[in-house]
Amino acid sequence: MSVDPSVVRRIAHLSRIAVDDNEVSRLNGEINAILSFVETLSSVNVEGVEPIASVLPMQMKKRPDVVTDGGIADDILANAPAREDHYFVVPKVIE
Amino acid sequence: MSELTHLTLAQARDALRSKKISATELTKAHLNAMEKARVLNCYITETPELALDQARQSDARLTEGNAGPLEGLPIGVKDLYCTKGVRTTAASRILGDFTPTYESTVSSNLRQDGAISLGKLNLDEFAMGSSNETSAFGPVISPWRRHADPEAKIVPGGSSGGSSAAVAAHLCLAATATDTGGSIRQPAAFTGTVGIKPTYGRCSRWGIVAFASSLDQAGPITRTVRDAAIMLRSMAGHDAKDTTSVDAPVSDYEKAVGLSVKGRRIGVPKEYRIDGMSLEIQQFWDQGVAWLKDAGAEIVEISLPHTQYALPTYYIIAPAEASSNLARYDGVRYGLREAGRDIADMYEKTRAKGFGSEVRRRIMIGTYVLSAGYYDAYYIRAQKVRSLIKQDFDSVFAAGVDAVLTPATPSTAFAQGEQGSSDPVEMYLNDVFTVTVNMAGLPGIAVPGGCAANGLPLGLQLIGRPFDEETLFSLASAIEQAAPKIEYPRPWWA
Repeated sequence: MSVDPSVVRRIAHLSRIAVDDNEVSRLNGEINAILSFVETLSSVNVEGVEPIASVLPMQMKKRPDVVTDGGIADDILANAPAREDHYFVVPKVIE
Repeated sequence: MSELTHLTLAQARDALRSKKISATELTKAHLNAMEKARVLNCYITETPELALDQARQSDARLTEGNAGPLEGLPIGVKDLYCTKGVRTTAASRILGDFTPTYESTVSSNLRQDGAISLGKLNLDEFAMGSSNETSAFGPVISPWRRHADPEAKIVPGGSSGGSSAAVAAHLCLAATATDTGGSIRQPAAFTGTVGIKPTYGRCSRWGIVAFASSLDQAGPITRTVRDAAIMLRSMAGHDAKDTTSVDAPVSDYEKAVGLSVKGRRIGVPKEYRIDGMSLEIQQFWDQGVAWLKDAGAEIVEISLPHTQYALPTYYIIAPAEASSNLARYDGVRYGLREAGRDIADMYEKTRAKGFGSEVRRRIMIGTYVLSAGYYDAYYIRAQKVRSLIKQDFDSVFAAGVDAVLTPATPSTAFAQGEQGSSDPVEMYLNDVFTVTVNMAGLPGIAVPGGCAANGLPLGLQLIGRPFDEETLFSLASAIEQAAPKIEYPRPWWA
């Protein structure tokens, strides 16, 4: 399978990464090189094989449903590029 | 001062305990060496004041007689580990001046045991790379040089290239690293150092910047097998904050170093004799087999039939997980933000500017293989092939093999710009021998075995049963004993 420039633009948008026209053709070549590298997997017989869920035979651990942390709003906001009081600030979303 | 930086971790520990040296003088010697070695670009952030403060505390504890197992030993920390109050970059522009308000579990374990942190070590951006050339803070230069062209800048491997170069150049006694497809073992092999990726779940991943969560594991890079055993004991352990960390006791790995390997069954996988493998690497591997045989191990040929599919499988699963993990870098909660006309435009511009080209490419591949219509053909198929790769190892171990011996890398280190510039896949092939181990969640250790004709080191890899790191330490120390001693490069940079 290979992709064309319109698919590259769609993937870039789904990835939320802006790309300019020059980049699209370069990325197109690189992505196709990787897709042709992984093409070999289509020749493996995976009939009846379960997709791996975990490399270790372990049960997902659970903990009691109680509050164990919190009250650290200043810590959480400490690295925010824009904030106001205890809120993250983003460009206007709803008109 | 230089003799202090040339101690092994174990020697320094013993000298501190017997009061022959102080933590402060040991730390100063390393800070001095770091200052002279800035041309190698091993450290992204040096923390000399913090290190000297920790050294004073260690000296006090050593005097009081309540020293921890790593008390007063200066180490470097890969800049993928979040460190409280110290900028953490993942070698990416997108994290900006991110300064965590918390400490990763593994670095906290090391601190708890008395280790001193000298600073944060360079790496490939988000640990994506095999040469440390993708770092937003510039490439790391290996202390090693090729005989033929000593001016060429040799890469230290990746992604833990700052860790491997700093250990080989004596800029720390040991370093933390991480391994998703070979990022501990390949740089260790390229720099004549020892690196172990433990079993998946042995170390907590909490507080380590995530790349591919089902593959990532923490581990050390050191100059000796004993030092790796000492480091891993402190790094490993159960952590309630990582649900994949395993609640099993941690052994005193150092006791396994030097144990007899008589009667151990070593598997040599025929599928690792890949097309185009150089005669030098083949002979080096044969030499490794001979060393273990001489030490009393029994050698058996084994088959791991799905080996050839491991790298393609990795280049679906790792980018898929990365595209999900790296979705968090949105310019809202931390890191870089680029202004946009609306919120979607802000996301797109921030991520275009903040991520380097290798990271952008992997996010896009991951997004593609997870997207509607391609999920089954790529991602689910890859997860099935991953099951087959794991089953290959399960059958070999069930048949009584104790460990598997392979070369660590298909070649010695190369120079900057020599690989991957026209085709990304060329760089990916560096991990051909290491990536299977992450796929199956197994422990793997790289141990130096001497130097190639070009003057650069070569490493062997041992792969063990889940949670049997002890056998790997015994076997690796047998190779270390038999192999020519590594002579680390003289400091041409100082």
